[in-house]
Amino acid sequence: MNYLNLLKVAIKAINSNKFRSFLSMLGIIIGVAAVIIMMAIGQGSKESVRQNISQMGTNVIMIRPGADMRGGVRQDPSAMQTLRQEDYESIVQNRKYVTYVSPEVTASGQAIYGANNTTTSVYGESLEYFDIKQWTVEQGDSFTEEDIRKAAKVCVVGKTIVDELLPNVGDPVGKTIRFKSIPFRIVGVLKSKGYNSWGMDQDNVIVAPYTTVMKRILAQTFFTSINCSAITEELTDEAIDELTETLRQNHKIKEGDEEDFTIRSQQEMMETMSSTMDSITIILVVAAAFSLIVAGIGIMNIMLVSVTERTKEIGLRMSVGARGIDISSQFLIESIMISVTGGVLGILVGWGGTLLCANFGLPVSIPMWSIFLSFAVCTLIGILFGFFPAKKAASMNPIEAIRYE
Amino acid sequence: MEERKVVIELDKVRRDFQVGDEVVHALRGVSFKIFEGEFVTIMGTSGSGKSTLLNQLGCLDTPTSGEYYLDGIPVRKMKKNERALLRNRKIGFVFQNYNLLPKTTAVENVELPLMYNSKYSASQRKEAAIEALKAVGLGDRLYHKSNQMSGGQMQRVAIARALVNNPTIILADEATGNLDTRTSFEMLVLFQKLYAEGRTIIFVTHNPEIAKYSSRNIMLRDGKIREDTVNTNIQSAAEALAALPVNNDD
Repeated sequence: MNYLNLLKVAIKAINSNKFRSFLSMLGIIIGVAAVIIMMAIGQGSKESVRQNISQMGTNVIMIRPGADMRGGVRQDPSAMQTLRQEDYESIVQNRKYVTYVSPEVTASGQAIYGANNTTTSVYGESLEYFDIKQWTVEQGDSFTEEDIRKAAKVCVVGKTIVDELLPNVGDPVGKTIRFKSIPFRIVGVLKSKGYNSWGMDQDNVIVAPYTTVMKRILAQTFFTSINCSAITEELTDEAIDELTETLRQNHKIKEGDEEDFTIRSQQEMMETMSSTMDSITIILVVAAAFSLIVAGIGIMNIMLVSVTERTKEIGLRMSVGARGIDISSQFLIESIMISVTGGVLGILVGWGGTLLCANFGLPVSIPMWSIFLSFAVCTLIGILFGFFPAKKAASMNPIEAIRYE
Repeated sequence: MEERKVVIELDKVRRDFQVGDEVVHALRGVSFKIFEGEFVTIMGTSGSGKSTLLNQLGCLDTPTSGEYYLDGIPVRKMKKNERALLRNRKIGFVFQNYNLLPKTTAVENVELPLMYNSKYSASQRKEAAIEALKAVGLGDRLYHKSNQMSGGQMQRVAIARALVNNPTIILADEATGNLDTRTSFEMLVLFQKLYAEGRTIIFVTHNPEIAKYSSRNIMLRDGKIREDTVNTNIQSAAEALAALPVNNDD
């Protein structure tokens, strides 16, 4: 019997038992929908984390003082004073795979303008900071090299600072705010970046020349960290090697000795975050996949009932010349049709469910491959769980089958 | 007589069944030939081995020993699939309970054997099915579903299904067993018509009446042939039907 005829017979068989077929499909529908929704949520969260991390800048590499936790002892990085002006200068001089470098010192405290005050952080940076973070000055200008050299009391402020301290003063450029009683003249306003994935307001920031923050606010000679960026994302590893080499030489660290700094790339962070999201997604999908197996057993059950119910039909078909393979393919196609139809409906339901989740504010994104995968899995379930009933049908004795009551 | 083509030849066919520890001899060496164009009734009480013989003739089963030639082809050593093919090409079955596919039209039911013959295209199948249905007098009920038909009509569809592959033999198993007297005679009229057209018919039954309308009668008892007689005085089923008291309900 050719496949078109087999298909017709299968459609007819399913049609003549609509409700029963639907019930056995239901398991598949729910299973596939669950898998699709879980994958969409997993993928969506992953994408939103990635997006948030990439907002931090491109190809960013962070150097922090102190080593990673090794041998079970975690050192306090803020107590380490290993990153200094010489390091910054030699990184700049030796840069090959590194494009931008900016030392960073941070101080937190209260900023005041007139009767308004707000709690914020001051970031002491070099000019290249804006390139690393891909941040542009919207109003006014950035501070200059001259300002850095002279440790001038100028700053660039984020949108939140403007909103909190200078709500009704018109153009904030040229106004002077105070941070820890030191006056800073605003030379520019940064473009808004919004909140990051940890809920931190990235616009609540004052950026000043690093020299100013070091000398006038903190009175310290070391950096909190140094931020760099690699030429391209692919060259991140080379850039890290280059930075490590420079710093090891500077700090006179012998071969085999532990480094007194830590280098982390944004890529690495992204991978760590993604792999966490991946394992959560896998757990969710595995849970959903179990329901597919249960659904498959349901289909097998119904197919066995169907085979027994149609014993006479099988006997008749055999006596008019159907071979075992004709009979088994008939039932196999029927079970594949049930599971694939269930799968298609499941994909639709899953898609609808995903839209619903998106409505509730969950980050979702349906990966195309999850649809193909569901489809493939359904076909596989149809074959796998239809195989035994089909075999049972094909191995019937026509003499007994035709007289079965 | 001997020039006629032999379509069925049984040579000392035995069939044993293992039932528990006992061996049951259902057929104990049956030999006969059936020629093309004969209308043979095979008769016997239950337990005489007639169902077993029918299964042998229908290639649904194979002999334990001896040989069965269908249209010259030895069947005993054939595999399941080869026998399926043989059934498909050479045998038309008519069963006691019609065995039509439920909720399926007459044409589709009759098409069924051709579904398993890849030589037929969809249009050829339909054409052959319609022709067979016309031959059994159901030309006006082609698209009636099996559940909308009377017993007689259903059996006619079943006979059409047995004719559609143009088989070497038509094998009827108690084909009138479920029908009332009048309809039974109608069926016999149809079988006699097919016989007149030169078809080979084997009709297995326990009803001795039917032997009167066939050309030859083989009587089985305890797995052996007790009698094999050629009927020289074939009665007309049509006349018998006409002689029946008229049923007003029809």
